[in-house]
Amino acid sequence: MDTTLRINSAQVGSSFVAQIEKISGQKLLACYQCGKCSAGCPMAAYMDVLPNQMIRMAQLGMRQQLLETRAIWMCVSCLTCNSRCPKGIRIAEVIEALRKAALGGGERNDHLEIMELSPEARSVLPPIATISALRKLTS
Amino acid sequence: MGNENKPMKLAYYPGCTLKNQATNFDVSTVSSMAKLDVEVEELDRWNCCGTVHALDSDNVMNRVAPITNMIRVKEAQARTEGMASEFMTSCAMCYNTLKRANIDVRQRADALATINDLLYLDETKYEGDVEVLHLLEYLRDRVGFDNLAKKVTKPLEGLRVACYYGCLLVRPKEVAFDDVENPMVMENLIAALGATPVDFSHKTECCGAYQTVDKPEIIADRTDKIMGSAHEEQADLVVVSCPLCAFNLDYRQDDAKRLNPDFRNMPVLYFTQLMALAFGCDESALRFDLQHIDPLPALKARGLD
Ligand code: SF4
Ligand code: SF4
Ligand code: SF4
Ligand code: SF4
Repeated sequence: MDTTLRINSAQVGSSFVAQIEKISGQKLLACYQCGKCSAGCPMAAYMDVLPNQMIRMAQLGMRQQLLETRAIWMCVSCLTCNSRCPKGIRIAEVIEALRKAALGGGERNDHLEIMELSPEARSVLPPIATISALRKLTS
Repeated sequence: MGNENKPMKLAYYPGCTLKNQATNFDVSTVSSMAKLDVEVEELDRWNCCGTVHALDSDNVMNRVAPITNMIRVKEAQARTEGMASEFMTSCAMCYNTLKRANIDVRQRADALATINDLLYLDETKYEGDVEVLHLLEYLRDRVGFDNLAKKVTKPLEGLRVACYYGCLLVRPKEVAFDDVENPMVMENLIAALGATPVDFSHKTECCGAYQTVDKPEIIADRTDKIMGSAHEEQADLVVVSCPLCAFNLDYRQDDAKRLNPDFRNMPVLYFTQLMALAFGCDESALRFDLQHIDPLPALKARGLD
């Protein structure tokens, strides 16, 4: 990512950081950027920003940049990162909080348009796929 | 297995996918349990668990659907002699979501009170007093693989099986009933059926889950890698416990083939289908016709059709 970032205390102590910590129940500053979460993430290859980078950006209160990533919609809560983080951080919970922040802004911000799929594509999908996708990607 | 003459009664939660595309998982579960003298009784008025466990720390709304099912279990138990305050599901995703909701409300009395208030139409209240069991856990801990092996009439000799756990049976730790990184429960079951479990590198690597809905190209890549790692160990087929894994690894093989011309098809079965096969159940309990990749050639090659 090509971003110049000016860090100031207002950003780090912003209400966004507090919001994400509250929804996720996680302490963002506990992360020491070892990168283990990204190393084992099965979806990392399809992400624009890696899991450890998402945590860093969240620590720094980079609200807008984070909510515009493809990565927060790519994570499928497989919990591989959670089970391996040496600091016990539940990264998947943080990413879920980011999706909630993006979806709960008052306006619809859906990341799945199920009616745009062809009828054939829709008809083969089992409910377990459709329901979980709608639950994770739409408000 | 307790009293030989009196079948045990076990409440059963199939989940919605087993009543739709995954009928083969449903009928093979019920039939193989009957062979083990466990009388499986489908819960009355069960409802969809909601598929995914919402991860926000103060969530109440998404716990209501799972907890409604706990109340149905208590109702079933109250009117059925010989039924314990527990139920079994064979769908890994249902198991995960129901179990996590159960753990969550046991730790949050205020959330549970709110849910009971919302469910005021039900006379039975939930008090955290129902146990959620996955079928594999039930087979290992209650039936026992030694006992199970005695019911095998058609040992699956020579069949090389890669056991795919995906995510939901082993993560998070609180719901895992086996080792998080290297679970063995399915391999031990497969061995009890007379088959040969093969170790493979991708057995707990996620398949990409619900991204399959609008990003089949990503699932094709995951499926290529996961099935490729099973091929490397000369597996004949892969077994799963999750209808979403099954859809991705089986149905999306067409997409994997488009992505990688060297991709080789391999059948994907539910572990319950192999059980039913080894117990000598007939085709109505196997429903191999619902598999996207036909397993019969692989089974025939081992003399098991
Ligand atoms: S594994 Fe944990 S500590 Fe390491 S980078 Fe990821 S979140 Fe941070
Ligand atoms: S939960 Fe999300 S971020 Fe973590 S390993 Fe799985 S896909 Fe990657
Ligand atoms: S997890 Fe799936 S299969 Fe299970 S009840 Fe829910 S939607 Fe249905
Ligand atoms: S469907 Fe994929 S995400 Fe779900 S358990 Fe299976 S492997 Fe994991």
